[in-house]
Order: sequence, then C-alpha cells, then structure tokens
Amino acid sequence: MNGLKNTSLGEPNAIAILFFALVVLGTLVITYFAAKKTKSTSEYYAAGRSITGFQNGLALSGDYMSAASFLGISGIIALQGYDGFIYAVGYLVGWPALMFLIAEPLRNLGKFTFTDVVAFRLNKGPIRIAASIGGLLVVLFYTIAQMVGSGKLVELMFGMPYEMAEIIVGVVMLLYVLFGGMLATTWVQIIKACLLLFGITLLTILTLAQFNFNPGMILSEVQSMYGEQMLTPGGLVTGGLDAFSLGLALMFGLLGLPHILMRFYTVPDAKEARKSVSWATTFIGYFYLVIPIVGFGAAVLVKKSVIAGVDKGGNMAAPLLSELLGGTPFLGFIAAVAFATILAVVAGLTLAAASALSHDIYVNVIKKGDATEAEQVKSARIATIIFGVVAVGLGILFKGQNVAFLVGLAFAIAASANFPSLLLSILWRRFSTHGAVWSIIAGGLTATVLIILSPTVWVSIFGYEEAIFPLKNPAVVSMSVAFITAIVVSLLTPEEKARTMFDDEKARTYLGVGAE
Amino acid sequence: MDLKETVNSKKFKKIVALRWGISITMLIILFVLYYGYVLTIAWNPEFMAKKIGENFNVGIVSGVVVIVGAWLMTVIYVSWANSKYDKVVEELKQDID
Repeated sequence: MNGLKNTSLGEPNAIAILFFALVVLGTLVITYFAAKKTKSTSEYYAAGRSITGFQNGLALSGDYMSAASFLGISGIIALQGYDGFIYAVGYLVGWPALMFLIAEPLRNLGKFTFTDVVAFRLNKGPIRIAASIGGLLVVLFYTIAQMVGSGKLVELMFGMPYEMAEIIVGVVMLLYVLFGGMLATTWVQIIKACLLLFGITLLTILTLAQFNFNPGMILSEVQSMYGEQMLTPGGLVTGGLDAFSLGLALMFGLLGLPHILMRFYTVPDAKEARKSVSWATTFIGYFYLVIPIVGFGAAVLVKKSVIAGVDKGGNMAAPLLSELLGGTPFLGFIAAVAFATILAVVAGLTLAAASALSHDIYVNVIKKGDATEAEQVKSARIATIIFGVVAVGLGILFKGQNVAFLVGLAFAIAASANFPSLLLSILWRRFSTHGAVWSIIAGGLTATVLIILSPTVWVSIFGYEEAIFPLKNPAVVSMSVAFITAIVVSLLTPEEKARTMFDDEKARTYLGVGAE
Repeated sequence: MDLKETVNSKKFKKIVALRWGISITMLIILFVLYYGYVLTIAWNPEFMAKKIGENFNVGIVSGVVVIVGAWLMTVIYVSWANSKYDKVVEELKQDID
C-alpha cells in the first residue's frame, strides 16, 4: 500500500469544475421553478409548508452535515485518531434531545421562527428583540466560520483565489434564497444531502475494498503504522467538567440553532415534523458512523504526513483519499460535493438571518405586525441581500484568521441564550417577559465573555500563557446562569396574562389546534 | 366539549403526562449513555483503551453504541408518537366542537 505521490489537488481540475457547473446549473433550474411558487411569506419562509417528513429529514441533515463536519471530522480522525470520533458522537446526540423536548411544541406554536414560540404568550416587543438578537448572533458566528472555512477549502481544492471563492459562494446562494426562498433552499439542501451521502458511501466502499471489507483490519493497520494512541482518547477531553461542558454545548446547541429550528415550519404538521427528525437522525447517524472509516482509511492509505503536508488541519484527508482510490474523476466529484455543501449551508443560514431581521424585527417589532404580504416578502428579500453582502464582507475581512472557536461560540450561545428561553416558554407556566429577556441577555453575555477568557481564545488566539476561565467551552456555566436568571426574574415579576395564556395554548401545543 | 373543557379533561391530562413521562425517561437514558461515555473518557481513559477482540477497543465500540442508541431512541419515540399519541390526539380533536 503506497501513499499518494502526486496530487492534482489545488490545480484547476476540469472534472471538478464540470461537476460543480452541473450542480450549480441543476440547482438554479430548481430555483427558477421554485421562484414561480414563491409569492407569499409562508412560501418565502416555509416553502408553503409543503415539504414531506422524509424530504425535510434530508434537508435537516443537509443543514447539519456541513463541509466542516465532512472534511473537518474525517481530517481530525485521520491526523489525531480517536478524538475526532468524540466530536462525531457529540454532534449526533442533540437530535434525540431535540425530539424529546421541543420538536412538537415548536412546530405547533410557531409560524416561521423559534422567536414566534418564545413570544407567543409574552409581551411581544422586548422578547422578539432579545430572542432574535440571540438568534442572529448564532447565525452570524456560524456563517463567519463557514465562509472563512469555505474560502480556504475552495482555494485548496480548485486553486481559486480566496476572494473569488467568497464572491461565488455569496452570489450563487443569494440567487437561491432571493428568488426561490425556502422552497429552493430546501431542494438545494436535499440535492446536496443526497450527493454527499452517495459520495461518502462510495468512498467508504472503495476504502473497505482495500481491507477485504473488514473495518477491524483498518484499525489494526492504523495501530501498526502509528501506534495504539491513534485508537484511544487523546488530549481533547481531559477534565470531567471540561468534557461535560463541551458535551452540553454540543447537545443543547442544536436545540437553539435558528436555521435548524426554522425547518420545522416547512412541514404541514407535528406528525411530519417528527418523521423528519427520525429521518434526519438516521442520515446523520449513518454519516458519523462511516466518517471514521474514511478518516482512518486516509491515515493508512494516504499517510498522515501527506495529508498534513497539504493542509495542517487535515481538511484534505477525504479529497486525497478519493483521488487515491477513484482517480481525478472521483476527486472532482468529491470536491464539487464539498463546494455544493458550503453553498447549501450558507443559503440556509442566510434565510434564517433574513427571517430574524425581517419577520421578527421589522414586521413584528417596527411595524407591529401591520404589514401587507407584499411588504413582508419585499422586506424579507431586502434582509436577504443585506445579510448576504455582510456574510461575503466578513468572510473576506476574516481571511486567514483562526475562526474555529466561532463554531464553539455559536453552539454555546445557542445552548445558553436561545435554548433555555425556548424550553421554558414551552414548559413553564410562570415564565415571564422579564425572565425571558434577562435570561437571553445573561446566557448570551456569559457565554461570549467566558469563551474569550477560555483557553480556546485567551491562549490559542491571544497567546497568553494561562486562561482566566479554565473550561474550553463555557456551556455548563452559561446555561446555568441563563436558567437561574430566567427562574429568579420570572418569580419576581409575575405576569398574569402569560399564565392564563399558558393554559389556553395547551390545546395548540399538544393537539395542534390552531397551528399555522 | 369546548377547548377549555378538552384541556381540562382527564383524557387530555393523561396523554400529556404520558408524553412527558416517556420523553423524560428517554432523555435520562440518553444522558446516562452520552455523559457516561464522555465522563469515562475523561476519568478512565485506560478503560477506553481496553481491547475487545483483536482489533477493536472499548472506546470505539462504546462510541458506536452511543450513536446507534441515540438513533434507536429517536425512532422508537417517533413511532410511538405517530401511532399511539396521535390516535388520542385525533380522538380529542374530534370531541372539540
């Protein structure tokens, strides 16, 4: 078994460009047809609630299986071994929690965004502002991480200048979102999920074929080449509290990601919403089970030194493995799939940001709900353009910066600002407006400040010797702060109206009576 | 029955209590499974390195168990809710006038 000697990675690859052009062309044709069906707000934000559970399951998994999890996790496994697998496990366990705690009430109570649910029985103005700022921050940090990562990946794979990659991603995804709204974004996501699942399955089969279809043989090769520590926990998880805190952020962060929560409004009812979680968990679970085969396979077949030679972070492990096993055509296909993945994820994020800016803030706070359908759709499109331009601008601004911590920050804020108020508004009768607003502010601020003081930023980015806050992810502290603030402030500021409405909304929460 | 009577009916209260009973139980199992996995890595990495058979070890097998277990619990909950729970929901909705 020889490692890869020469790679065509980073050179303009005719097959990659051809596949990529096909994907873009196909998705733009879909956008063209979707645009004809996208006239009302319900069509723009929620695809007219016409998506089936199975389709939404694919789209949800598409939103979640970003280029970072495909290229990033297979790369960490290839270079560092077992530690990458801990991430894979952590990213899956949020899905059952999402199902058990919030999926049904979220679908039944909301209209377009999770903010609708939090604002349902509370004083609408302040709570919408607070919740949508929490949502926007999560989407913004997540988007910066995606844009910077994608610019680098496209540069590595296609040899295209960074700025040009940013602009192409920005323009194409704006076309989807602007004209085709949620319907086009969903179908782009479905196509990308299918391509990604197909690509990774083929890559896994080709890898296993080198080892007589015996995963145990890959592991034994890994051990004999690099030693046993590749197969055992390394430096990622050290202290118990550190591990618990990171686990909390990974698990409950999902329950506060606006672009994921928004997908629940594209299906007609709670039954389809449940089916979509079931399918999403199936696809994502499968994805994270085969990713280690790709990662360890790359370590053995491509060799760690070659992978690290192309990119220190290991992001090119999967593309290099596909070139070794399937030649330039397969590399081209995988590169195109990775690019499509970036496009689809950024499109989903942009639509989530546009809904917060337009539906939550402009229509419901500034116009107090008094806007015609045409005005609402127009403001949604303007918000889409604004956020799209900001995303490209920030992507270029942050070029070359270490932004890996932004994903951790996005998950920490999602778990500490968005999730507690969402859960309490569904479950707790005495939850009040002040309680919700202060909980969002306290959770979001604590998460942000502690991340800056943590080893992830204070040591890795600012270069100080010792961090002021010891944990890598602050979720255990910031989530507690958010819940305690919510409970204390709600008890101090009783709100009669919110309590009466809690009883009234039960029929909607559990039976779906009156759900939009 | 009107909405208020439905929400206050025994049948409604029973199904909502059952729904939370099942989901909280499953959530606790998920917690034990996942945080048990993470904390074992933190506190007892040697145990995770223990070999199972010739090529596998406890760490890899338990990671796979957590993923498969999380998936299985989701599927079980959804199939319960889409058959049993939704049946009661339909009956309750029919009683509302």
